[in-house]
Amino acid sequence: MKNNLFTSLRSLALTRSRRSAPVARERLKILLAHERAECNPSDLLSKLREEILAVIGRHVSIDPEKVQVKMDRGGNKSTLAVDIEIPAGAKLATAA
Amino acid sequence: MAKVVVVTSGKGGVGKTTSTAALGAALAEQGEKVVVVDFDVGLRNLDLILGAERRVVYDLINVTQGIAKLHQALIRDKRLDNLCLLPASQTRDKDALSEEGIDRVIAELREQFDWVICDSPAGIERGATLAMRHADIAVVVTNPEVSSVRDSDRIIGLLDAKTLKAEKGEKVDKHLLITRFDPARASRGEMLKVEDVLEILSTPLLGVILESQEVLRASNLGVPVTLSDKNCAPAKAYMTAARKLRGENVAAVLPTEKRGLFEKIFGRRAA
Repeated sequence: MKNNLFTSLRSLALTRSRRSAPVARERLKILLAHERAECNPSDLLSKLREEILAVIGRHVSIDPEKVQVKMDRGGNKSTLAVDIEIPAGAKLATAA
Repeated sequence: MAKVVVVTSGKGGVGKTTSTAALGAALAEQGEKVVVVDFDVGLRNLDLILGAERRVVYDLINVTQGIAKLHQALIRDKRLDNLCLLPASQTRDKDALSEEGIDRVIAELREQFDWVICDSPAGIERGATLAMRHADIAVVVTNPEVSSVRDSDRIIGLLDAKTLKAEKGEKVDKHLLITRFDPARASRGEMLKVEDVLEILSTPLLGVILESQEVLRASNLGVPVTLSDKNCAPAKAYMTAARKLRGENVAAVLPTEKRGLFEKIFGRRAA
């Protein structure tokens, strides 16, 4: 009896975890909403990275390798995180 | 008025060539004059699916370059008199295809046939955009799977931007063909439902082709599935899809979850 209950609970849990289609549906909806808006999202990221670097570089000398741009696209809001390491003895770049 | 159809998907391996052969054969069986054109230069396969691989002499590139006349390159199907194949080249690459050459060939095909069905290569590069360039109608082949749905969305975007119709401010008539569908898995929540895919891609449905042993058997034999077993579910769905393309007001056959005893026992193997 106990064993029966255990197996039926386990199979219920298995069935639950196999319902992956709703997850696929939601992921696609969010992804495609973004991809339709921006034609090429990876292009946007590299463009942002480049321009942000150029602006900062005008004032401080920074190592382009130590810049990280991350994006997280969600349903209602997206975030863009820019992480720039400024060396301790960074000199102000000479303004042209 | 001839109609040019492109069978496209973005993703590879979803069933473009199988569907081109089946829709071509279905339209021909319904009395239309049909030519199926393989645009997959370098990786031709439509000849193999139609069982004509040993009859290829000239190909699409030979015709676009004026090396062969169109009538020399066309291969007439041995089972259906009004079905022809224009094969792709196996040795050249897609750069050998010129826009002007394709324009000329399609114009000539439009004069001789009722339907010109272009089997697009996978991807979104030149070969795929050339295949869709002249399309009046697009059949977007999609599997109920995330990467295929995403790629179909990209292709739908290209159909609205990179076709002659789009350049003239008109729209390509787009239809969705969902292939390799398994109703049992969808009902258990393991696979995207037909309605999910339709809602996500917001494109009208042409048909649903079930994952089936009959499709593989047909390709093994080199016979379009509509001819190899007229009574199997994929054959019926392709015949209905062809009728829809011809403008008949028939509803796409939706697979039901009610399954026969045979499928109840054997259908589970796919799960």
